[in-house]
Amino acid sequence: MQDLLRLGGKELTSRLFLGTGKYSSNKVIPAVVAASGAQVVTVALRRVDTAFEEENIVSYIPKDCILMPNTSGARNAEEAIRIARLARAAGCGNWVKIEVISDNRYLLPDNIETIKATEVLAAEGFVVLPYTSPDLMVAKRLASAGAAAVMPLGAPIGSNRGLKTKELIRIMIEEISLPIIVDAGIGRPSEAAEAMEMGAAAVLVNTAVATADDPVAMARAFGMAVAAGRTAYLAGPSAVRSFAEASSPLTGFLRDE
Amino acid sequence: MSFYAEIAKLRTFDFEAFFERVGEKDVAAALAKDRLNYLDYLTLLSPAAALHLETIAQKAHQVTIRQFGRTMLLFTPLYLANYCVNQCVYCGFQVHNRLARKRLSLAEVEAEAKVIAQTGLKHILVLTGESRTDSPVAYIRDCVEVLKQYFTSVSIEVYPLETEEYVELASAGVDGLTIYQETYDETAYAELHPAGPKRNYRFRLDAPERGCQAGLRTVSVGALLGLSEWRRDAFFTGLHADYLQRRYPDVEISISPPRMRPHLGGYQPRYQVTDKDLVQYVLAFRLFMPRSGITLSTRESAVLRDHMVKLGITKMSAGVSTSVGGHTQGETVGQFQISDERSVADIARMLYNQGYQPIYKDWQAL
Repeated sequence: MQDLLRLGGKELTSRLFLGTGKYSSNKVIPAVVAASGAQVVTVALRRVDTAFEEENIVSYIPKDCILMPNTSGARNAEEAIRIARLARAAGCGNWVKIEVISDNRYLLPDNIETIKATEVLAAEGFVVLPYTSPDLMVAKRLASAGAAAVMPLGAPIGSNRGLKTKELIRIMIEEISLPIIVDAGIGRPSEAAEAMEMGAAAVLVNTAVATADDPVAMARAFGMAVAAGRTAYLAGPSAVRSFAEASSPLTGFLRDE
Repeated sequence: MSFYAEIAKLRTFDFEAFFERVGEKDVAAALAKDRLNYLDYLTLLSPAAALHLETIAQKAHQVTIRQFGRTMLLFTPLYLANYCVNQCVYCGFQVHNRLARKRLSLAEVEAEAKVIAQTGLKHILVLTGESRTDSPVAYIRDCVEVLKQYFTSVSIEVYPLETEEYVELASAGVDGLTIYQETYDETAYAELHPAGPKRNYRFRLDAPERGCQAGLRTVSVGALLGLSEWRRDAFFTGLHADYLQRRYPDVEISISPPRMRPHLGGYQPRYQVTDKDLVQYVLAFRLFMPRSGITLSTRESAVLRDHMVKLGITKMSAGVSTSVGGHTQGETVGQFQISDERSVADIARMLYNQGYQPIYKDWQAL
């Protein structure tokens, strides 16, 4: 049976989502997307310029990908809502990654404003994917607000620090029935694989690919790592043990009577 | 609160003694940190750190790529008017200089906007001299109403305003504020501004904070290098940016390190600031505030600008005229002579050749 990620009425075979910021040229994006196998690509509406075809980032996203505009630059729910509506009006579809950041020092998301924006946009028929700090209660609120998935950060955006929030994400995966997509902080394919082995539904990567010396090769590596991690998760990895299992066990003399 | 209180705390700080104490070990220790405090920043601004510029550059380059990617935001200034009541001894537009004074009509603003917009730019910075009679806030607001039809981000670099005036311009569509303190040295400031409203050091110093309080998205500060000892002005610029970013975390705080350029009036800068000094300043600031934008203007030469693409800069002006109506009516006397006269397309080509993406649009007016 094929392993599909069902999201927003779509069935996805790839569990790697890609960001489009920070590239040395938009022209590299089609090759990066192709190498990674990604089917969902996020783009900041602030960078979309429909009047300038050659420099418009959307022109470089393969047509068979799902475009997921994000609300980068929004400082509160109201701005995120306006950006989402502008994105839909500009023909960017009805998926939206909500990103509300009111802290320019660490770029950490504002969970409370994110919940508010999710409530409004989900009610308007958007497929809402909120970017959050990992918090179980916030994830529950997002779920009841109509989010299609929850996207907790592994580490601050662009930090390449890996799965610093692993334990909190693990709890979210266990407790929330929505897909949990690890977004931000993943710096290496091995960390993406680790997130997938844990049971994350997908991961979103941008900086690690865009700023690699060879973004196309790195995109391919991430695609393979995500697939490997997912396969391992489905294979049911055997439990990790704290101690080696003694070959001469102390209780080996006991026999069933 | 005011940044003035922060400056006051450092009034007795002995910069010379600090710089004498700083050695190679201190520079290495500052470089090894993820988060620099203000003394680490001063350490990287020290003469001792100047001996390790390449090491600092490598780290600053990596930090910039991680935060901003291989991208460069492009914008251009648009001079609306050159009427000015101030007597800044270093400025071509000061009241005593004889030049044709002009203020663009709204039709002329639109004509300039059309020409600039054809280059693909979406970020515009509007400038005026200081004259509440000839270029009042209401006039600036009317210009913004015209410009926002052509640009998705409109910033202002005008005389310091009251908070309510910044609010008024923000509601008209302004999202960014640039205002330079010129020099943070209060004594030098008084000498350089012998008359006019600009003599008020504190009113200007607090203007960026009023802009933050008014809800603007981006606020840029800086000192005009050459007016005073550069290391101190670089230090206080960084402290000012840090002060604002801590208090207004939702505002993007950035800096610019403008250097004195030749201009009508011929003031000779008292302090020399070499290319090496400028680079050291930009690198040290990048490591002190990894997330902050740094703008490099066409005051600098094409050669230097090309090299500084990889040295922490995130924003460049392109296709620049510093005279009123310079895009449609031919160049007249500008505020200062620009050094890099390349067009937007030329700059974009240069960036692509260096493996950098020119960004024309990085904000969507809401």
